[in-house]
Amino acid sequence: MSIRILYFGSLREEMGIPGEMFELPAEVKDVANLRARLIARGGASAAAFDRSKAVRVAVNQDLARNNTPIKADDEIAFFPPVTGG
Amino acid sequence: MPVRVQQADFDIGAEIAAFRSADPGIGAIASFIGLVRDVNDGETVAGMMLEHYPGMTEKALAGIVAEAKSRWDIFDALVIHRVGELKPLDQIVLVVVKGAHRGTAFAACEFIMDYLKTQAPFWKKEQTALGARWVEARASDDQAAERWSQG
Repeated sequence: MSIRILYFGSLREEMGIPGEMFELPAEVKDVANLRARLIARGGASAAAFDRSKAVRVAVNQDLARNNTPIKADDEIAFFPPVTGG
Repeated sequence: MPVRVQQADFDIGAEIAAFRSADPGIGAIASFIGLVRDVNDGETVAGMMLEHYPGMTEKALAGIVAEAKSRWDIFDALVIHRVGELKPLDQIVLVVVKGAHRGTAFAACEFIMDYLKTQAPFWKKEQTALGARWVEARASDDQAAERWSQG
């Protein structure tokens, strides 16, 4: 029961990795739970997900919200607000 | 709905000619070309690196074009967005909309750009005299996209 987490833009630099496989605890049911878990790890995760910063999320390549459900094998991406165009 | 993400530059004339083909039902083609400027937030920009999320980028752009086609009576839209190293004067993005009339073509073209700016997963890191810095998202871009949901 794991998920794939990807990081992009300034968040990728702050995390120091482009992504990771993450063992999904049973109690992590949505994006908000996952964010809390990542912050609880401390270190780079706590700094990157500091609540003062805007961090967007996509679940399986669709923009998502804090209450979007997460399940095994999902691809979760975290990134700053987009700046294309 | 052709959508392309590429490092290579694009030829506006050739792209529009190919997209137009020889359809005599087309009465209007609206296009937008986004370019790299040499200044941003008061600093001279020497160049930039455009990063994206392969897979989601194409999906997001196709979704934006599909949304435009559901809102306006247009035939189709073409979106080409470059990634990688770019410098001032370079072309970044091309949006072309074809339809029967100009009003819907103009509106759909602007809608696609406004949504692309706020929903497609691209990030710019620019090189300035102060070093490299990530470009901050602008509230004005969110407001531009927001007006399309106010009816």
